[in-house]
Formats: sequence, C-alpha cells, structure tokens
Amino acid sequence: METPRDLTETLDRMAKEPGVWKPFAGGTDLMVLLEAGKLPREKFLNIWNLAELRGIETSADHVTLGALTTYTEVRRHEILAREFPLLCRAAAETGSVATQNRGTLGGNIANASPAADSPPALLVYDAEIEIVSASGVRWIPYQQFHSGYKQMDLQPAELIRRVRVPRNKNAWRQYFRKVGTRRAQAISKVCFAAAARMDPGRIGDVRIVLGSVAPTALRAVRTEEVLRGQRPEPAILKVAQEALAREIAPIDDMRSTLRYRRTVARNLLAEFIESLAG
Amino acid sequence: METHSIGKSVPRKEGREKVTGCARYVDDLTFPDMLHGVTVRSPAPRGRIREIRFEGDIPWDEFTIVTAKDIPGKNCIALLIEDQPCLADGVVNHCEEPVVLLAHYDRYLLEEARRCVRVEIEPLPAIFSMEDSLARKEIIWGHDNIFKAFYVEKGDVDSAWAAADFIAEGEYETCAQEQLYIEPQGVIAQFNAAQGVTVWGSLQCPYYVHKALVILFGLPKDRVRVVQTETGGGFGGKEEYPSMIAAHAALLAQKSGRPVKIIYDRAEDMVATTKRHPSKTRHRTAVTRDGKLLAMDIDFTIDGGAYETLSPVVLSRGTIHAAGPYHCANVRINSRAVATNAPPHGAFRGFGAPQSVFALERHLDRVADAIGMAPDELRRRNFISEGQTLAVGQVVKEKVDMNRLLDRAFALSDYHAKRKRFVDENAGRTIKKGIGFASFLHGAGFTGSGEEYLASEVAMEAMRDGSVHVLAGSTEMGQGTNTIFSQIAADALGLDCDRIKILQPDTAQVPNSGPTVASRTAMIVGKLVETAALGLKRTLLESGLLELEDGAADFARACRTYVDAHGALKSFVKYEHPRDLHWDDEHYRGDAYGAYAWAVYVAEVLVDTRTGEVRVDDFVAVQEVGKVINPALAAGQIEGGVAQGIGFALYENVVWQEGRMANAQMTNYVMPTSMDLPPIRVFFEEIPYERGPAGAKGIGELPLDGTAPAIANAIAHATGADVRQIPITPEALLEMLAAMPPKAWEGAHV
Amino acid sequence: MSELVRKVSVRCEVNGESVTLEAYPMARLLDVLREQLKLTGTKEGCGEGECGACSVEMDGALVNSCLVPVLQAQGVKIRTIEGVASGGGALHAVQEAFLTYGGAQCGICTPGMILAAVNLLARNPHPDDAQIREGLSGNLCRCTGYMKIFESVVEAVRHSDEAEGQSGTGA
Repeated sequence: METPRDLTETLDRMAKEPGVWKPFAGGTDLMVLLEAGKLPREKFLNIWNLAELRGIETSADHVTLGALTTYTEVRRHEILAREFPLLCRAAAETGSVATQNRGTLGGNIANASPAADSPPALLVYDAEIEIVSASGVRWIPYQQFHSGYKQMDLQPAELIRRVRVPRNKNAWRQYFRKVGTRRAQAISKVCFAAAARMDPGRIGDVRIVLGSVAPTALRAVRTEEVLRGQRPEPAILKVAQEALAREIAPIDDMRSTLRYRRTVARNLLAEFIESLAG
Repeated sequence: METHSIGKSVPRKEGREKVTGCARYVDDLTFPDMLHGVTVRSPAPRGRIREIRFEGDIPWDEFTIVTAKDIPGKNCIALLIEDQPCLADGVVNHCEEPVVLLAHYDRYLLEEARRCVRVEIEPLPAIFSMEDSLARKEIIWGHDNIFKAFYVEKGDVDSAWAAADFIAEGEYETCAQEQLYIEPQGVIAQFNAAQGVTVWGSLQCPYYVHKALVILFGLPKDRVRVVQTETGGGFGGKEEYPSMIAAHAALLAQKSGRPVKIIYDRAEDMVATTKRHPSKTRHRTAVTRDGKLLAMDIDFTIDGGAYETLSPVVLSRGTIHAAGPYHCANVRINSRAVATNAPPHGAFRGFGAPQSVFALERHLDRVADAIGMAPDELRRRNFISEGQTLAVGQVVKEKVDMNRLLDRAFALSDYHAKRKRFVDENAGRTIKKGIGFASFLHGAGFTGSGEEYLASEVAMEAMRDGSVHVLAGSTEMGQGTNTIFSQIAADALGLDCDRIKILQPDTAQVPNSGPTVASRTAMIVGKLVETAALGLKRTLLESGLLELEDGAADFARACRTYVDAHGALKSFVKYEHPRDLHWDDEHYRGDAYGAYAWAVYVAEVLVDTRTGEVRVDDFVAVQEVGKVINPALAAGQIEGGVAQGIGFALYENVVWQEGRMANAQMTNYVMPTSMDLPPIRVFFEEIPYERGPAGAKGIGELPLDGTAPAIANAIAHATGADVRQIPITPEALLEMLAAMPPKAWEGAHV
Repeated sequence: MSELVRKVSVRCEVNGESVTLEAYPMARLLDVLREQLKLTGTKEGCGEGECGACSVEMDGALVNSCLVPVLQAQGVKIRTIEGVASGGGALHAVQEAFLTYGGAQCGICTPGMILAAVNLLARNPHPDDAQIREGLSGNLCRCTGYMKIFESVVEAVRHSDEAEGQSGTGA
C-alpha cells in the first residue's frame, strides 16, 4: 500500500496502471476480505487522508458529502439528522461505533454488497454520484450506478469523489427499518427505506427501496407506481404487496431464507403504508 | 470457622492484571527461536486419504512437517477411550480432521504454505443425521454407530397408560452451539531430551492434556508438563479439545527442536473444534386430569460427531436430568449417543442437561395446555420434595422447596398479572408479548461414582512469612476459581484474602484436583481447599505454636517458628466420597449427585410477528445454590450463563453444509451483543449444603438449563406457536406462525 | 507476503510516546502493536472487526485495530489499554469500577471493553442505559452477559461526578 500526496496523484497513478491500484479507504470491508483470503494481495492506494474526498457541504438545494464521509460524521451532521433521517438511521445501524468511525459512504457504495445499509437510503433521496478520473469528472444518478451483483459503472481508473442529495424530501414521511441478525453489528436480512409525500390523504409521490432482496439495492418502481395517487388503505396495500413480491429477487443464504425475506418485505411495506394512514 | 470474606463480593484476585491489559494469555507469550504452527485439515467428511501433495512455490525444506508416522507413542488423543486419532492416518471421518502439521518462523508464509498442501480424499458415504446413524445407513463407528446407551427405569411405565386421563406426546430438538470463548484456542509447546514435553496453553484441565500427551509420546509422567496460561473463556470448549492442539504443537516442537506456538484463528476454531451435542428428545407422558404425572417415557438421542470424546458423559448428564425436579412414580428413559461424520461434539456448559431440560420444560407446558391447566399449576402438583425419589432413584435429602422458588420468581416478574394482561393486549396487534418460565435442577460434581474415580487432590503450604499457597489443578477462566479458593482458605485460617496465593496450575507443581468442569470447582474442590487449610491450622495448633483465638499476626509468627524448626509446613487432602452416596453404574440408579441447585427462571418476551424477531424484555433467575461464597462472582456466573442461554434459544445457529460449519465467522454465527440482552435479574436462596465449603453447592452450568425453555414457553404464550426446536430463529418463527390458523394466535391458558 | 513489498517507516504516537514502526504497510495495526511494541494488552478475538477485543483509539476515535493497515497509522495518536491508566499506578475510574463491580471475568474482552467505555465517556460523560449499551455494542463479551459491565460504567460515571463535586470543579 502506498499513500499518494493528493487526489491528482491518486488519479494519475490509477490512470497509468488501470486496475492495478485499488483505492483503500477505512478498510472495514477490504481488510475482512484480505484476512479471509478472499482478496488477492493487490496494490492499494491509501486514500484515507485525501482532504478532497472529505467534508459535507450544504447549499440551498443540496447536501454534498465527500466519499470519505464516515458513518460517524453522517450521524453527527445537524442537517443530515434533520432532513435525511433515513441516511442517519442507516449509519447508526451499521456495525458499531468502531465500524462507524472507519466505514465510509464511498467504500460502502464501491463494495456494492447487496446487504449494504446506506444505498437504500441514498436511493430514496435520489442521490447522485460524482465520479472522477485523470481524464475528467462525471455525475450520474446513483440509481444507474449498480447494474448487477458487484457490477457498477466505475472504470478501473475512476474514483467516487462525492455523493449529492437534493434537499427536497424534508416534508416527506420517512420510514427505515433494517431487519438484521441482531440489534447491533448485524448484516441485514431485509432493509426497507421509504418516503412518501402526502397530498392530504393520498400518496402524492413515493420512494421505496429495499436492500438484501436483490443483487443490488432495489428501487421498487412498480410498487411505487401502484401506490402513487392512492389512499394508504388495506385494499391498495394488498395490490402493492403483490407487486413488491414480484419485483424483488431474494435468495436463500447463510443468514436467511428466500421465504423469510419475501414475507418480511411484504410486512414492512404494510408497516410503512400503515404509518402513512396515521 | 469464623467467616470473614465468604459471603462478600471480594474483588477478583487477578482483576488488576485484567483491567490494565497486563494479564498474559498464551498468544501474548513469545519464546526465543519460536516457530509458528498450523494444521492442514481434511476437506471431506469421510474417506480414504489417497495422497498428500505439497504444491505451490513454497520453500518446503524450511518447514517442519509432521504427519501420523511421526507420532512416537500411540496416535490418539486419549480421553475416555482412545478412538480419536491425533492425526488422520489413511482415513478421515470428519471435515477439518487434522492430517498434516506445518511449522515455520514466518507466520505469513506459513499461512500461504497451508493453502498449498492438497489432501486428496477418495470419498466414502458419510452420515450427517442421527436418524441415518441409527438406521445404520453406513457403519461409521464401532459396530453400530452407538458410542453409549443408557436405560433408566423407575416403577412400571407401561402399567400407567391405562390409568391416564390424557397422554401427551412431543418431539423436541436442539441444535449445535459453539462455545465462542473470545480467546481462540492456543498453545505453545517445547520439547527437549532432558525435560520431555512442556506445554503452555489456554485450557481448563491440565491433567487431561497431561494424560493425552503421555500416551501420545510414550513418555513417563514426569517428562510431560502442562501449564495453564491465563484463559480467555472456556465454557467446556477447552475441556478436552486442548489435548488435541497441545499434541500438535508438541509434535512440531519435537521434530523441529524449537518451541512451537499454535493459535487458531476464529474461523478455524469454529469449524474444527467441539460444539454442544445436537439432540432429539421424544416425550410420552401419562397424566391425570388434575395434573398428576403418572408416567414419563423419554427417549433421548444426542449426536456425538465422528469420535467418542465425552459423549457418554454428556449423555449421562442429559439422561439423569431428563425428568427434572418432579416426582413421578413411573419413569423410563432410553438414551443414546450416536456417531455422525461431523467434527466431534464435546463439552459445553450444561453438558447434556440443557438439551433434555429444554425438551422437558417445553413438553410440560404443552401437557398443561392439553389438560386445560395453567403450566405452573401442573408443576406445583408434581414438584419433588425431600424424601421423595428422582427418576434415577436418588432420594432427595435436601430441603428443596420448588414452590417457594416459583412463588418468588413469579412475584419478581409479575408473572400472573402479565400472563393474563398480555393475552388481552395482544389481540389484534402485530407486536405480541409473552411470559413463560422453566423449573429445573442441576446436579453438581461428577455423576455417580465419578468423583470417587477422580480422587481429586489439593495441597497447601504455609510459607515462612505467613502467606499461604494453594496448589490445585483447578483453573481460573473468569468464573472466579482463584478468588473463591482464596476466600475459603482465608476464612479457614482467619487471614485476609490477599495473604493467600493460588499457584498457577502447572502439572509439575500442583496435584490433580480433577477437571474444572461439571459445576464441581466450588463444591468439591473448594471443600478440599477448606479441609487443607484446616489441616495446616491443626498442625500449628497441635504443635502448640498457635491458639484457637489467635489472629493473623500470630499465624504469621507461628508459621515462621514452625518452618524454622521443622521445614516446610504443608497439608495434602484427597477427596473422600461420602459413605452414604451409592451409585449403581450397571443399572444406572442411585445417588447421581451429592447436591443439586434448584431454580425457576422467568422470561418476558416481545415478538414482532411481522419479522419473527424476539426480544427478551425481562429475565428473572431465582435459584437455591447453598452458600454463596462471592455474590458478585456468583451473580456474574448466572448473568453470563443466561446470556449464553438466550443465544442458545434465539440466535445461535450452526449452518451445516455437507458436514462442515458454513457460517464460521463471528458475523454469521450470531451471539448477543450488549443491545440484544435484557436486564438479567438474579436472586439467590441459600440452604447450606453441609458437604460444601461454607455450605456452597455448584452453579456454573445451572443457567444454561432453564433459560431456553423459559423463552420458548414465553414465545408460545405470546403467539400460540408450538415451539419444538431451538434456536427459534425469526425464519423458523414466521414459518410456524404462517402454518397456524389465524384464530389460534388468540388466547392461551393463563 | 511477496518479496516485492518493502517495509516502511510509520511515525506515530502510542500512549503519549513518539514511536517509529518498521513494518509492511498492510500489516495489521493490531499485530504491530503487539509484536513490535510488545503492547500485548490489545487482543485478537476474531480478525474480522466483530468482537472489538482489538479496540484502540486513533486520534480519539474508537477503531478495530485488526482492520487497520499500519500505514494508515502514520501521524496518528494511538491509545491502547496500556495508556488508559494515568501515570503513577492510579487507574482510570472505569478500570477501578471494573475491579469493584466485577466487570471482568475471563478478561480477554476487557481491554477492548474498557477502551470502548472510556471512549464513550469522553464523548458523552453522562450516558443513559441505552447509550451505554450502544457505545459498547461493538465489544462482545461471552462471560458476563454485560450486566456487570454496564454497572461498572454507571458506577464509574457516578464516582467521577462525586470526585468532581468534591474537588469543586463540577458545576
């Protein structure tokens, strides 16, 4: 592992030998894989201290977070706590204090675990990702970033620099529930993040995103369609649950079962819709 | 004996070292010229070893390599019998069975090398279930796959069915549980021609390891030395397994001529070492309509894995505890431990009783339900009293009052009010609450003639400066051995605890006090400590150097005078089995244990029926344990045991894939964190046991017996789910709820 | 380890003392502390960042040292269990409380647990029960069921408050 001086040097080295140098942030994912022998000993660029990747900026319309923003920093940020509670909940329920001090948003996104906790929150908030390389900068909707299991729109010479969320869901009703193996330090079995704009009595607009029920965090667009414009009532809930069951693709794995994930996803949708009726 | 510190929460003897990080566990030690060792293991559950290949770009000539042919004595890890090889020779019988040992000074290269040793196995059909083993689909051990079987008979079970108003049947299952001590297994071994083998390690029973190494190396007893280092948790997982890892390190040390350290990483520790025996129990119970147990017919099977290890003794304890603290005139228990091609299962706190007690206590709630009686009422009508006989024929000679314990536990937990209130509140809600209990007992010490056979010894020496050394083979692993031995000796001698030194368990300097297991350390060995201390005192009294009323300063002076005049002042005590305890090994009847602890545990749970998640909101543990020597340590034992029991009931699940533990990471084998546990409220009753030191009985394993069934019964109360199996994972609970007709959720007997 | 990888010098501060570590960049901070500096108080329980036995502080933040490559310790202030007690044999209030109230049984989780507790109290001097549980949720204990650990933390807070009150520096 080597420590580049700054972001420019980082990107230059990645451009010169694409795929050879892997960025290494807090290590909470990579070190576990290395220990388990699941990662070949690669060449790492220590980006932990790159100031260009840190910091949370607020404008009238957006909050922009550096890729190295840790979960601890997310939890402590006043505006995030107030306007982006789902992201703060995700951060608070990831690992434990020690993990939250070293885990980063950029790392969480790039590691692309289907069970990652912040992606569902970021998708509810219509996040955008800034990707940089020696040859330029581009922003893409986070929705388009993951294309499959551990597949993402990130070239070997590219780095995630920032994540941006619009400040437009402040008045939305928000819901987050992570069902894990236990109450702390748990990998999620089902993660459900949702928000709804209520036009009195009706669901004006809605976002529903689930983790751990598909190869990537899944925005349940068809379920959202079913719900848009509807009153949050039992009849429409049933239709929405059917749509959700068809949209998600849970599996059996070491932690849980397909049936459990599907049942719980449906039940959490019910819990969410019921909370809108109140 | 004037007590001074017994009954007080004297701070832990080695506490300061532990809170400052100065306590030295085996991995904290390094020796000059030390090599590291690793184990290459079988990838297959059963088969013949066709070839062992050393591949990769590894400088193999730098390595010490050991296989079965390097074993000087007998290739076995001697325990009850000698069936388990130290290193597989020609055949393997479980995944992760040790085959080759490697040593090198570079830990990283060593790990790379381990991955480059290919053990080619020609597979043979393997057995993974108790059913297949009993059906003899393959004979994988002995001539019938059965390590041991017991048959217990009291009265005449078959005559009782006709008189029954109800006959209730049920099958119950418990799964493997990993001890998960936070310090993984580890040893350092050294070999030289003059001293033979010396091993330092994280272990519970230095003399078990000693015996195994004597046989493995064919060395005389005084050329094998085993020293226990500070041990970071054991719970039974370091009762027998350390003999295996010690053997491995010692073989590498002998072949290389250098000290060798083997420390397992967590994944290896989980896949390769022992776990709690999985169990299946069938109950058939005859009961009258007013709740009298007429007959109990119990069938109990445990899965021992590939080699015998301690399965007969686990089976024994499970069998004896299977009928609980109840009086029933007619009891039959058929039990057996069977072989499968899993890594051998072994000791884990409770040792068979958590398995059979889960079945019994869950079953009795169902029996109560079947006859329309409240579960506590059913227990009350059958609790055993002094003078009545337990299932194995032991006449209870203790002043047991289970009703009183039940009353107290119920008062503390507000059981009756909640039992009713929750049913009312649960109606129509997705979050349901429940409260349930278990009543049980746990025998302290080795079963039957076990203590007599162990013939434990303790030595003590009063030093010239008036301090006293305790020499015992009992080990400290957090449960408080060092502290309570100090208290017992101090009180017997009228000294302060800090004048007592507990010597490090080292087979070269302490006698064999038996293993640190079976809830025996306070009651059996502690009594020997007390007797040894009184022996020292008597010597001084009889020599005229001490008067009865003398204090600590006089004691010191007397010691100095004695030592100057006569040399060392020592005492030595050997266990004497009480003459009025009789055990018939052949018919498995008689006085199974010298004393029992008696308990009632109450669990309050909250069940989210949308996710199947169960949260224990309150836990009350009431037990009668004889004299409590150190309240903080005793409460700590119960609290920790209940926590392990909550894990056993709800979280801890070994996922098996073709005979191998697939979830061998702490992230996937789930034990409770600080956020998963309720306040655990512990209460003691004390009826002094005259054979225990200051009246103490054993408590270490007790909490593992009653915790899981109390929780299972609470979940059944909350949801109506007919729990038969633990762990009650959210997945399992949702499946149970889905299979129930919706109305069945409402209403339960209060 | 490939021969192509070279050891590097990492300058940092450990328990108030400046040190220079010579190690492979990807060597775990846990191993370097234990083997090079002989600070064996920090323990390995799992190697996967789950048990917290390896907890140390880096610039005041609690981290699992089994997951930190030593290169990232460059320029960092590290505190281990050996640096928790104040000089001259006086223990930290948390350590004293663990002794008095039975917070340690086998002791293997204790160094990490004490670091976590000390770290919690530095951030939040008066945590409630839920905050204590959360602050320690990354430290697994198999012996105690956590009860006496919580009690020790609560008592440490109470004793610190009393001490502060007595010395007249409290509010």
